Amino acid sequence: MSVQIVTANRLRDGAVVYLTATQHWSEEFAASAVFRDDAAAQLALDGAGAAVKARLVVGPYLAEAKETAEGLQPINARERIRASRQPTITVDAGSWTGRIAG
Amino acid sequence: MYRYDEFDATFVAERVKQFRDQVARRLAGELTEDEFRPLRLQNGLYLQLHAYMLRIAIPYGSLSSKQLRKLAFIARRYDKGFGHFTTRQNIQFNWPQLDEIPDILAHLAEVEMHAIQTSGNCIRNVTADHFAGVAPDEIEDPRIWAEIIRQWSTLHPEFAFLPRKFKIAVTGASHDRAAVKFHDIGLKMARNEAGEIGFEVIVGGGMGRTPAIGPTIRGFLPKQHLLSYLEAILRVYNLLGRRDNLYKSRIKILVASTGTAEFARLVEEEWARIRDGVLTLPREEVERIERYFNPPAYEKLPVFSPELETAKRGDAAFARWVRTNTHPHKVDGYSIVTVSLKPEGGAPGDASADQMDLIADLADEYSFREVRVTHHQNLVLPNVRKQDLYALWQRLAAVRLAQPNVGFLTDIIACPGLDYCNLANARSIPIAQRIQRRFNDFQRLEEIGELRLNISGCINACGHHHAGNIGILGVDKQGEEFYQITLGGSSKDDSSIGKIVGPAFAIDQVADAVETIVDVYLEKRLSAEERFLETYRRVGLDPFKEKLYGNPQARRPAAE
Repeated sequence: MSVQIVTANRLRDGAVVYLTATQHWSEEFAASAVFRDDAAAQLALDGAGAAVKARLVVGPYLAEAKETAEGLQPINARERIRASRQPTITVDAGSWTGRIAG
Repeated sequence: MYRYDEFDATFVAERVKQFRDQVARRLAGELTEDEFRPLRLQNGLYLQLHAYMLRIAIPYGSLSSKQLRKLAFIARRYDKGFGHFTTRQNIQFNWPQLDEIPDILAHLAEVEMHAIQTSGNCIRNVTADHFAGVAPDEIEDPRIWAEIIRQWSTLHPEFAFLPRKFKIAVTGASHDRAAVKFHDIGLKMARNEAGEIGFEVIVGGGMGRTPAIGPTIRGFLPKQHLLSYLEAILRVYNLLGRRDNLYKSRIKILVASTGTAEFARLVEEEWARIRDGVLTLPREEVERIERYFNPPAYEKLPVFSPELETAKRGDAAFARWVRTNTHPHKVDGYSIVTVSLKPEGGAPGDASADQMDLIADLADEYSFREVRVTHHQNLVLPNVRKQDLYALWQRLAAVRLAQPNVGFLTDIIACPGLDYCNLANARSIPIAQRIQRRFNDFQRLEEIGELRLNISGCINACGHHHAGNIGILGVDKQGEEFYQITLGGSSKDDSSIGKIVGPAFAIDQVADAVETIVDVYLEKRLSAEERFLETYRRVGLDPFKEKLYGNPQARRPAAE
C-alpha cells in the first residue's frame, strides 16, 4: 500500500531532504515521516511551510512511497534517483565517478 | 577573439555585485523563493534534482585557453571536478552551492564571462558555426555578426520579458553546421545577384513539444540592416506571441498560426518604420568588431605535410583519428581538430577539470590559444598545423580524449536527463552509455558511416532528438522510464524532423532496438556511400518497423 512522505531541496546547497517524524530534515529517505492518509499528509506539508520561512528548504511537496520488507522505498524513477542523492551513472572518464545507485 | 570594452566590463562587474546582494538577502530571509527565483534564473542559476545548476554562457561557442582554465578551476574548487558542455555551446556545473555562486561569477568576470541570459524569457546566448573563421566553405566569419547580436541583445530592455525564451543561430558557411533552421531565428550568410553579402533570414524553427523547421522570411538582408530587422522580428513576436499558454508561446507557433507570408509582411511593415534609424550598423563599428576576429599569424605552409603522412602510415589508430576527427582548414597546412567528449563509458559532453586544463594547454601550444564548443557537445581546436597532429593526438590519447568517433553513431548528443534534470521524464546518459558499449568498435562505426543519434530525456528536446537520424525520447509511463525512437531527423542543410517508428521501448531494449535499426540500414543501403539518412528517405519507416515489431499494423505507438 502506498503512503506519502514530504520532501524538498535544502536552500543552501539544493540537496534533497525529507521531513522526519521529529520535524527535522534528513538526507536519508528512510528517515522520512510516513503519512497514511491524505489529510495527515496535507497537514505535514502545510507545516513544512515553517521550514520554508526559516530558510531551511525550498519547494516542499508530497511524494508517494511504499513500505516493503526492506523498508520504506520511493515509488517512481524520479524519486528513486532523488533518494539516491546522486546520478545513477558511473563514468570511468571525464566526470562523475560516484557509485551506482540502488 | 572579442575582448570586453569598458562598458562590458562595468556591467558584468555590477551584475556580480547585484547578485551577491540578492543571494545575501535570500539567505537572510529578506527575499522569498518566489521573489528570488526570477533573479537567480536571470543569472543562469537553476535548482535541479540533486543540487543547484549554474549555466554559463560561451558566446557563439568560442573560448580562449585562459577562459577554459578558469572553467577547470571552478569545476575543481566549487563543483565535483567536472563540467557539462551543452547543445547550446554553453557549460553547466551541476553541484555549486548557492552561497558560493557570487564568488563563481566574480571569477568568471575576471576572464570576461558570465551567466546572464542563459535562462529566462529573453534572447539567449547566440550560437554559431563551430568552425567559424576557419572553414573553407565560409562566405564570411559569422562570429562578427554573432558578437554584434550579443551586444545588441544583452540587457535589451524591450526584450527582457518575451513570451518565451529566444534563440538565434548564425552561420557564414554554405554547409549548415549551426542547425539554423531549428532556431527561433536562423541567419545564413548569402550572396545576392549583385554579389553582395547579406543574410538569409529564417524564423520560427525549433525543437521541443512542437518541432518545426523554420521558413525563410527574407532571402537577402543587407548586412547593415541586421539589427533593425532583428528588432522588427522581435517586436512582432513580443506583441503577438502568446503569453496565455506556455506550450504555444514560442515564435514557431506564431509563425505557423499567422502564416509565413503574413508574418513576413508584419515584420517588413515594422521594419519599414525603424530601418535606416539608430540601429543601422555604421561601417566603422562593424570594422572595429571585425578586427577582434582577425586571423591569427598563420605560417605559410605547404598543403601536403610529409610528417603527417609518415605518422599515418606508421600508426593505424592515428590514421583513423585523422580521417574522423580532423577537418579541412581554409589555410594550407592547417587542420581543424574535433576533440570528442564521447568516450565509451563517459557522459556525453562532460569534461573533467584535468581534461579542460590539458585542452587549454594544447590550445596554447598548437591552436593559437583558441577552443570552440560544438552543439554536438564536443570541443574543437581550430588551428592545428598538420605536422603537429601526431604529437597532439598522442597527448589527447593519454587522457582518453582521442576517440575516433566524430559524426558516427557513438558521437551521441544527450541532455543530462533524469540523472540531473528536474524536468526530465527519463534518464539519457545511461542510454548513451549502453549504446556506446554496444558499438564500441571503431572499424564497425566507420563501416556504418555518418549516423547521428540524439537523446532527450523529455519532450523539451534539449538533446535534439527530433534532429537525430536516430532520435530517442525518454517518456514516463506510470512513473517508469520508456524510450520512443524516431528516424529520419537531420539538422543539416537537408533539415527534417524524425518520425516515430512505433511503441516505446523499455530501458533494457533500447540498445537492441538501435542495433536492429542499424542492421536494417546495412542490409538496405545500396552502397557503403549511401548514408543512413539517404537509405531511410529511400525506403521509409516500414522495413525498420517490420524488423523492430513484426507486423507494423499490429501495434500502435504507445506514447505519441
